[in-house]
Amino acid sequence: MQLLMYILRRLFMSAFVLLGVAFLVFVASRIVPSDPATLFAGPRPTADQIAAARELLKLDQSLWVQFTDFITSMAVGDFGISYRTRQLIWNDLASFLPATLELALFATGLALVIGIPLGVFAADWKHSWFDTSTGIGSIAAVAMPSFFLAMLLQWVFAQWLDVLPLSGRISRDISLFDPVETITGFLLIDSLLTGRFDAFWDAIKHLILPALTLAAYPTGIAMRLTRSLMIEILERKHVVAARALGLSHRRILFGHALPNAVGPALTIIGLSFAFSLTGAVLVEIIYAWPGLGRYISEAILSKDFPVIAASALVVTICYVFMNLVIDVAQAFIDPRVTVS
Amino acid sequence: MNTAISRLGVAGSIALGVICLFLLAIIFAPYVAPFPEQGVGDPNIASRLLPPSPEHWLGTDAFGRDILSRVIYGGRVSVTIGVTVVIIGLCIGLPVGIVAGYSGGWIDETLMRITDVFLAFPALLLAVLVAAALGAGMWNCIIAISISWWPWYARMARSEVLVLRGQPYVEAAQVMGVSHPVILVRHILPAVFRPLSVQGALDFGPALLTGSALSFLGLGVRPPTADWGEMVNAGRAVFPDRWWIAVMPGLTIFIIALAFSMLGDAVRDAEKSGSHDH
Repeated sequence: MQLLMYILRRLFMSAFVLLGVAFLVFVASRIVPSDPATLFAGPRPTADQIAAARELLKLDQSLWVQFTDFITSMAVGDFGISYRTRQLIWNDLASFLPATLELALFATGLALVIGIPLGVFAADWKHSWFDTSTGIGSIAAVAMPSFFLAMLLQWVFAQWLDVLPLSGRISRDISLFDPVETITGFLLIDSLLTGRFDAFWDAIKHLILPALTLAAYPTGIAMRLTRSLMIEILERKHVVAARALGLSHRRILFGHALPNAVGPALTIIGLSFAFSLTGAVLVEIIYAWPGLGRYISEAILSKDFPVIAASALVVTICYVFMNLVIDVAQAFIDPRVTVS
Repeated sequence: MNTAISRLGVAGSIALGVICLFLLAIIFAPYVAPFPEQGVGDPNIASRLLPPSPEHWLGTDAFGRDILSRVIYGGRVSVTIGVTVVIIGLCIGLPVGIVAGYSGGWIDETLMRITDVFLAFPALLLAVLVAAALGAGMWNCIIAISISWWPWYARMARSEVLVLRGQPYVEAAQVMGVSHPVILVRHILPAVFRPLSVQGALDFGPALLTGSALSFLGLGVRPPTADWGEMVNAGRAVFPDRWWIAVMPGLTIFIIALAFSMLGDAVRDAEKSGSHDH
């Protein structure tokens, strides 16, 4: 009952937050210095074209009407038309969002698989050479600008060693002559569903470099958080008691200490996903990854503001949704969360 | 003073040294940079795309400009962005957090829900959105990042105040009939300011990184002013054949961000051990 109330309250809060975010996006889209109607009308427009655009975009209506209109159309997924391509933004988003999510989820997984174990061992062997070197590594990973790391990785693995593809999501041989049927939009899943193991392997190879780049920052964060968390847990009384009882070191570490870290680990997952999702904007440009990040960056260059606004909103929705899922999962694991 | 530096440890001291050298270099840029006029933006077509040499330590770019000079002048922009963002963030976040934490009730609810909305936005994306709306330029870049920066300080200040509110000296002031604004400014603000300013100093590195990311996306300062992110982006077209054009500014961002976070860690550790002493 308490859990249900908690979930309802969180749902309500998320809806409120999304409304606020939509308001922010709306405000941002109204402070664009250049007139939206002129931008919409295209290069060197006539006065008639601008007037027509103004009416079409409802810029002659009051701000309140414009805002309610904005909210209601966003709510049904009507993001309007791109100034640049004249295509429905919804169609573009539908094809770009899965690509970005696939990359961000893969990177999150990578960050957790690398970061959490390293953090556990660093805590276990506190002040050893291992702890020191992973500590330096984690600071370096956090301080590295992702766009620069991307270029270095490309140079080493794609150009010098020539073991991984330079950029893109899938080889041209496959995308042009023998494309994978789109079912979910997630290439890894689609290729498995249709039994295309060649395409699956190809997609994995394309994923590795961008995902590694994206994972660097969250890996560093996950490592540091896990380390400090485990150090604190290893000093708790029940762990000391287990040690006094003479349990094996491995059983203490993985049987008694690590389970206490599951709740906080969820927070780490949420953080990692958030970083991966945002970082994708930069990483996708360099790897020519056909996702939202590249879509946004192209829109920035051509001042295609509806596209920027819609993409920002969609990414934020994913972000809010992920936070909601994590909070609810946390409440399931640890009922104390629902009180307060 | 001596003990303050020794408490930073080896890594922290090195980081502090790197940062001091770097700050001196950008403050005295016109005297330190080998080609100050190229650092500002003058092209020099005769010496295009030269690799690192005794004359041009870090090589030259596609316009023949000395990259070392550009990196030094670009540092001025990056540091201005990093420092200003943190200061603006503190100027907004601190009052919001203090007022929310001290008043409680509906004021607290309202302020914190507004903060939540800003926190719900992925920081870089919010900055991109605002910067794209305002247009490129250093001040727009600063505004854009600050908007995504202050909520963290608001949260932190609020949780500090929640603890302070129950302290005997604050309650004593209330009982004595000291007005709320005076209590906030005289008794609460100084106590909150210290942990937040430490956090702010830790954030110079991340703020600088975000600035370079915006600049990489073409939302930073306008050319020909030097800006690290933009320099990396410009070098991308000729990478890796003429690697120095992208690598030199890229490495600079990395080293400076690394130095700031190492110094931050050292300061935090020193604070911790300092508080244990008492």
